[in-house]
Amino acid sequence: MSLLASIRIALIALRVNALRSALAMLGVIIGVASVIVLVSISEGTKRAVEAQIASFGANLLIIRPGSSIFGGRRGGAGSATPLTDGDVLALANEVPGMAGVSGEVSTSATAVFGGVNWSTRISGVNADYFDVRAWVIDEGRAFAPAEESSGRRFVVVGQTIVRELFDGADPVGQTLRIQGQPFEIIGTVAAKGESSWGADQDDIIFMPLATARQRLGAGQRPPTRDPVSVIYADVAAGEDVDRVIADIEDILRVRREILPGAEDDFSVGNLAEFIRARNETENQLGLLLAVGAAIVLLVGGIGIMNIMLVSVTERTREIGLRLAVGARQRDIRNQFLIESIVLCLFGGAMGLAAGIGGTLIYAEIGQLEIAVSPLIVGIAISASVLVGVFFGLYPAQRAARLNPIDALRHE
Amino acid sequence: MSALIECRNLFKTYQMGDTKIRALDGVSLEIESGEYVAVMGASGSGKSTFMNLLGALDRPTAGFLRVDGALLNQLTAEQEAEFRGRSIGFVFQQFNLLPRTSAVENVALPLVYAGVPAAERRKRAMARLEQMGLAERYDHHPSQLSGGQQQRVAIARALVNDPQILLADEPTGALDSKTSADIMALFDSLNRDGITVILVTHEQDVADHAKRQLVFKDGRVVEDRS
Repeated sequence: MSLLASIRIALIALRVNALRSALAMLGVIIGVASVIVLVSISEGTKRAVEAQIASFGANLLIIRPGSSIFGGRRGGAGSATPLTDGDVLALANEVPGMAGVSGEVSTSATAVFGGVNWSTRISGVNADYFDVRAWVIDEGRAFAPAEESSGRRFVVVGQTIVRELFDGADPVGQTLRIQGQPFEIIGTVAAKGESSWGADQDDIIFMPLATARQRLGAGQRPPTRDPVSVIYADVAAGEDVDRVIADIEDILRVRREILPGAEDDFSVGNLAEFIRARNETENQLGLLLAVGAAIVLLVGGIGIMNIMLVSVTERTREIGLRLAVGARQRDIRNQFLIESIVLCLFGGAMGLAAGIGGTLIYAEIGQLEIAVSPLIVGIAISASVLVGVFFGLYPAQRAARLNPIDALRHE
Repeated sequence: MSALIECRNLFKTYQMGDTKIRALDGVSLEIESGEYVAVMGASGSGKSTFMNLLGALDRPTAGFLRVDGALLNQLTAEQEAEFRGRSIGFVFQQFNLLPRTSAVENVALPLVYAGVPAAERRKRAMARLEQMGLAERYDHHPSQLSGGQQQRVAIARALVNDPQILLADEPTGALDSKTSADIMALFDSLNRDGITVILVTHEQDVADHAKRQLVFKDGRVVEDRS
């Protein structure tokens, strides 16, 4: 018997018991729908995390001073001797495999332009900073390494500043005032949006490190000369991040005169690793939910098997007749197998529709960028076929092995 | 030239709980091509078992059985199916038509399993329906047909594969006497055209249409009259 003929017979059989077929499909519908929603959300989350990592800089290391210990009193994070410009220079020059290093000092200040003022964060950075933290220059330019220590009053502003002080117009070449001093805007950076903890990353004004120190007194920590509050380092692509961290630690231990065996009084953090680790937990949660969805699918499959067994029993005489007119066992088996697959495919298609709908609703509510990939559609369809084959096989075998006489006499 | 049907020392035993039932207890006979045979006997006499063996719906426990050149005591399940499709046309008491399926599709069913292409299936099924005088009702479903018409559709189905043997199990059992007579006349004419007809019945007037009567009792043939 041809495949097409079998499918036609299957469709007729399913239509005759439309309600029963629909109920039998329910498990598969729910199972496939939940698989799609879960996979889509997990994909969307993964993409959001990747985007977050990319916005930080892919291999960003954050170096901070640790806690000071003074006579048994521990001073808390950042209380140890600050890092300095010298440390920044040493890391840039002595650690191989570094794509860029930048210190940062920051302060809050009010910026004024043409009678409008806006309180914002001022960040004094090295020229490498924009590359290290993956800030993209939108208009104008960033400052050059030569301008880092010149003390010139150059600034690069974030998009929130552009919006609040300049109404969105290109501010490059304009001069704004901070603490009464004029600063020339030489560039703007493209928007980054909110950070993962909800702060507006674009509400910021960058200037050369030395300028921030000299003009605004940012980051002063006497008696340390030229302190920075944090150093960002970007490991070049393809370099062994762990090796670079070890090198950084070695250099800083020597520079900070830490005795062998004593603990580091600074920390080297790997943000991408941290985010990936957090994502790992989320993945495990996703896996758990996927297992749940698989169980629903399994229960759905049992529903299919049940209904197929009923169908075989109901049509025992028909099976006997088919055997009597020359049907082989495999003809009967294939007929019921195809019926089961068709049933599951219908369920899978409806589950697919429901799953895509659910995903879109979730994306709308969760503000998550989620796309239903063709891969998921493929998974849904093959999962339904698999359920159809797996749970249809036993009833189909049972139908095929019926004794023709008993089948014909069945009431 | 050997007989169309040849059976020697045919045994069939069923296990029913603790007791063994000898449904067939050493049957030996031959039926030639073109014969018209009635198989008679009380219920439990073994006549139905005999028919089931002839049609390869069941296998003998012991003995030799050759039908239309096939050794039925030696076939695999697949060969049995092929044999049923090729050599035998079955007619049942309850017609056994597929519901929600048109008359012409019911008739064409054996051709589906014989691997005949769709267009030819339809042509041959229509020809048989026409032979049964049901050409105009080709698209009717069984529920739209009378009992006699349904049995004619079933006979058309039995004939569509051009089998050697027509096996009819109480073909008039579910029909009134007028319709029964029509159906029996149909069998008579089919036999005249050369097909071997074997019918199982417990009604003497049906059996009288046949030229040879086999009477079963306790699994043996006790009478074989022509």
